[in-house]
Amino acid sequence: MHPVQRGIRAGIPAAVATFAVAISFGVLARPVIGTVPTIVMSLVVYAGSAQFAALSTIATGGTAGAAIAAGLLINARFLPMGIAAAPALRGGRLRRAVEGQAVVDASWAIASDGRGRFDRDLLLGSTIPQALAWWSGTAIGALGGSLLGDPQSLGLDAIFPAFFLALLVGELRDRRALATALIAAGLALALVPRAPTGAPVVAASVAALGGVVRRPRDDPAGRLR
Amino acid sequence: MTSMWTTIGLLAAGTIAIKSAGPVILGARPLPARLTGFIGLLAPALLTALVAVDTFTGAPHHLVIDARAAGLVAAGTALLLRLPIILVVIAAAAATALVRAVS
Repeated sequence: MHPVQRGIRAGIPAAVATFAVAISFGVLARPVIGTVPTIVMSLVVYAGSAQFAALSTIATGGTAGAAIAAGLLINARFLPMGIAAAPALRGGRLRRAVEGQAVVDASWAIASDGRGRFDRDLLLGSTIPQALAWWSGTAIGALGGSLLGDPQSLGLDAIFPAFFLALLVGELRDRRALATALIAAGLALALVPRAPTGAPVVAASVAALGGVVRRPRDDPAGRLR
Repeated sequence: MTSMWTTIGLLAAGTIAIKSAGPVILGARPLPARLTGFIGLLAPALLTALVAVDTFTGAPHHLVIDARAAGLVAAGTALLLRLPIILVVIAAAAATALVRAVS
């Protein structure tokens, strides 16, 4: 089996759910920004959380500038995530930059060993089903969404946070991760009334600073699972 | 409509630049151990914040507890039962739809 195939297989369960998230994005975005922009956005931005953030900014009357800022603030997490994954990538600068585009939440979480190291084949491979699911699901949602009826009454807006909750559970490997998650949630929610849309999520990365404190390497006793 | 395409174009360009920055600047150099510790905890921090903000924000800058909270509880329950991720998201949508239908 080609090593990347391992990544493709590892990515399929999350991709099935990504497909559902993508349909919900297509259905929710089409009435706000139109069918073609919805599909093109998923093709070229390829970052669900930023797209949802930009969409909700536009839907609630925000300006184009506010929508871009919200989306990019959410995507600012890809900077540290890209730095984390960088040692696993190969080739010259251009190739590394291209391989770096494979970093999305699901592929990054799948490739992470939870101790700061990344598996290149899992990262690149698991992005492939993610991308196909994201693009096709958005198109189906945008083109067919009007047949579904009211997306709110179907609970489609609950799909996206549920998907991220599922990704999150895979990351809660030990007590330290759990504590970090709880602090991050509290911090983000406390900032919602005060900070610009998108900023609370980025600011919550402060909660990860607990990780700079050294801990004994390979500490199985501290792991929940 | 022009501003819509501008929005999409700038979001795409910005996202590509953000994703490229780490790999291009850092190259193949390994990270210091303390930075690895921080980065290892970024995923739980950012994912939790995304979930919390998305579930409990109503109008911009307003926290609410509404039908989406029921969806999150349903998703959490499905995860505890170790159901596949697709059933997790379906459970969330179903619970949210149910609460909206009866309220």
